[in-house]
Amino acid sequence: MRVIVAVKRVIDYNVKARVKSDGTGIDLANVKMSMNPFDEIAVEEAVRLKEAGVATEVVVVSAGVAQCQETLRTALAMGADRAILIESNEELQPLAVAKLLKAVVEREQPQLILLGKQAIDDDSNQTGQMLAALAGLPQATFASKLVVSDGRAIVSREVDGGAETLSLTLPAVVTTDLRLNEPRYVTLPNIMKAKKKPMDTVKPEVLNVDVTPRLKTLKVQEPAKRSAGVIVPDVKTLVEKLKGEAKVL
Amino acid sequence: MNFDLNEDQLSIQASIEKVCEKFDDEYWLERDRTGAFPHDFHRTLADNGWLGIAMDPEYGGAGLGMTEAALMMRTISASGAGLSGASAVHMNIFGLNPVQVFGTDDQKKRFLPPLIEGKDKACFAVTEPDAGLDTTHLKTQAVRDGNYYVITGRKIWISTAQVANKMLIIARTTPLEKAAKPTDGLSLFYTDLDRNHIEVREIEKMGRKAVDSNMLFIDGLRVPISDLIGEEGQGFKYLLHGLNPERILIAAEAIGLGQAALRRATQYAKERVVFGRPIGKNQAIQHPLAQAWMQLEAANLMVMKAATLYDSNKSCGAEANSAKYLAAEAAFQSCQTAIATLGGMGYAKEYHVERYMRECMIPRLAPVSPQLILCFIAEKVLGLPKSY
Repeated sequence: MRVIVAVKRVIDYNVKARVKSDGTGIDLANVKMSMNPFDEIAVEEAVRLKEAGVATEVVVVSAGVAQCQETLRTALAMGADRAILIESNEELQPLAVAKLLKAVVEREQPQLILLGKQAIDDDSNQTGQMLAALAGLPQATFASKLVVSDGRAIVSREVDGGAETLSLTLPAVVTTDLRLNEPRYVTLPNIMKAKKKPMDTVKPEVLNVDVTPRLKTLKVQEPAKRSAGVIVPDVKTLVEKLKGEAKVL
Repeated sequence: MNFDLNEDQLSIQASIEKVCEKFDDEYWLERDRTGAFPHDFHRTLADNGWLGIAMDPEYGGAGLGMTEAALMMRTISASGAGLSGASAVHMNIFGLNPVQVFGTDDQKKRFLPPLIEGKDKACFAVTEPDAGLDTTHLKTQAVRDGNYYVITGRKIWISTAQVANKMLIIARTTPLEKAAKPTDGLSLFYTDLDRNHIEVREIEKMGRKAVDSNMLFIDGLRVPISDLIGEEGQGFKYLLHGLNPERILIAAEAIGLGQAALRRATQYAKERVVFGRPIGKNQAIQHPLAQAWMQLEAANLMVMKAATLYDSNKSCGAEANSAKYLAAEAAFQSCQTAIATLGGMGYAKEYHVERYMRECMIPRLAPVSPQLILCFIAEKVLGLPKSY
């Protein structure tokens, strides 16, 4: 069974993002970039499926600038077999990425497509869902547990109301949530092995996808600074304030 | 002239950073308080294949160069682990290079894999109370007795001897008076740290409590001749082989330490508001931090140059020594500046910078003093008459 994992190169989760002075976006100059943490979880899950003998090949895909190769190399070092870079300097929005991934899915014919539930830069939480819709595939998002057997994916999802379990026929799209697994450390021997693994580069035009952005960002600004809190003398006053001022009760 | 890190090097840096994330500032603060060796840190690096970064793949290493090893050590130090983290693994990274270059196949098979796997911990016994810089005058003797050498003497400043089970030791097999020249007659051994014949006494020191430094009292230690590395009497030559890498690695560690201090100080300068403005807005705060950044970057270039020369099998003595000198001084400046930036808080242990300051004296003093490096450059590079 072939598994495709989509990964995104994003600002490292430890970095304190700064808004550009002209308000057009986040300042990414000289900023540390890493694999989106939810995508790491997706790669880890795919590698575990391979180690369990369920998956036969793990193909990792990323769309973006040439430096995404570093992100793909990390995925290879985690245990993926092959990498595909869809190279573009355009601003790639979720719909464009979903279309690009659909083209790759058509080429590669995987039984399972894993993505992180959302990227920590835009928090869109759209690409997996859009991909499933475009490709006409079943989807299960926010997976906290995944079992693959007999041509089905059994997915436990963490949702606002609690937990639910879905059964999907393969091929299917699954997006990963935090508690699915804890990604492994990349070992030095695996970094060395990853150098020999194939990495192909392809342009969006070759995949017949128009990646022109549909949404325009008008302004980016920092959230309003939190003002100091108020100390209340007792619980009665607290409840009053929550009712009357904060209006949350 | 490409100054960028290549793909592998970027991967190495990112992966080490991830490993170090788990061992946070509180971990190292606690290690410094109790003095407990960071065994789990050492184990994690060993399990992920990092100890063998510069060792032969035939014995489980990755076969990379000093450039990658230096990058790894700098990254460890810069994470906030400082010298406490770096020194815990330093000896394992390059210490056994003389074995790799001059050892027999049997010795390499016996010695290298367990060290790379993290099963053995080795210490390096060269320095003596009366012979630090003046190595050829060391007094520890190794006397041949049948199939053994019997070693007696004292060593000082031997790191990790509390936790090590193996020891790379240099001793005189031919007395100084009988040697053709002072650099002859020294022999190198890699042997068990037999605590029945070696008393290990820890030295209480300024910083880096987690990684012990010790005095060794060696009395009648019997070392099988199969533990002799290379030829008897040629030990000094083998030692020289490891000196430049030693300097390169220590320099890289110093830079990481300076960077950790600079990062803490910069963050504090952004957050600390006094007289209605962040203190980082004041030039008297900004300028020293900017200087620290420049000095660390410049020293790093020298470290990388020395490492590149070494990896290309070119002579690198001047660069390696200069790198050690520059990195240590840059780290010292950065650590001082960090404490000053944090003001009173800089004096508190929980703000970490005072610990970095205590540790940064190590690369200044060891493995060779800054003064002797200046003499070396004056003599070997500038051609001025030797002063001692």
